Amino acid sequence: MTTDVTSQVNEETSFVPSFDDEAESGRKLAIICSKGNLDMAYPALILGNAALGEGIEVHLFFTFWGFDMINKRTQGDLQFSYLGNTAMHPPGMFGVHMPQGMAGLPGMTAATTKMMKKQIADLDVPEVPEFLEMIHASGGHLWACRMSADMMKLHEDDLIDEVEGIISASDFMELTDGAQLLFI
Amino acid sequence: MPTTTISGRTLEVNEEGFLVHPDDWTEDLGVELARLIGIEMTEAHWVPIRFLRTDHAAMGETPTLRRVSTQTGIDVKTLFGLFPKKPAKKMAYVAGLPKPKGCV
Repeated sequence: MTTDVTSQVNEETSFVPSFDDEAESGRKLAIICSKGNLDMAYPALILGNAALGEGIEVHLFFTFWGFDMINKRTQGDLQFSYLGNTAMHPPGMFGVHMPQGMAGLPGMTAATTKMMKKQIADLDVPEVPEFLEMIHASGGHLWACRMSADMMKLHEDDLIDEVEGIISASDFMELTDGAQLLFI
Repeated sequence: MPTTTISGRTLEVNEEGFLVHPDDWTEDLGVELARLIGIEMTEAHWVPIRFLRTDHAAMGETPTLRRVSTQTGIDVKTLFGLFPKKPAKKMAYVAGLPKPKGCV
């Protein structure tokens, strides 16, 4: 009886969450951000941030329109338009379709952007600039695409300080050897 | 529901090892929970842990890492330093609370 109790206690005493299993496995996540729309910026930010919180090494690569997320002059002013998005419905009004023709009316993009920003803020989720700061502070790596920078005639000074460098596509491939990859 | 024995107390835990009953928790137990995951508690560790306890009691759920940071004024980088790799989950464990449910 004494033996049973002791073995039970020993076994149970060791029952602790295995926090460092994945962290030690060297799991890496690479996310390519190619869009500059407000609604397309968030998936990368949310997933990258979640991965960092799980001890996963995270690299974000900004290319083409994704540059608007790291360009100091544009990152705070990403927009959301439902033009071409037939899934759009007013908040909470599932099954109610917004006529596509209305999406092109003057002021409509500003209105839908404001609405989406409010919904995001209501969840206490930060805006894009603060979110990128948070990802950097959590150990995430931000990289800018060389070709996009050359096309848009942008330099490191134009980009937020958290960006570690402007690198080529092959540099990014080397950096993310063995990583899981998301293209957004 | 499995149980585990920590500091001579038998405690109910979930399948991952987190305490099931927040009321089972004491600061002494927090010290021991931290030790079990390789963390030695200092005053710097206690500030966020005490916030988790009071916020959970007030809001009914475990605060996310961002909420801990914005509400305590401790930056995210410092929290990663105090509770390496998985700060949100490790803080919740040490505070005897469930893992946070929020995404951010």
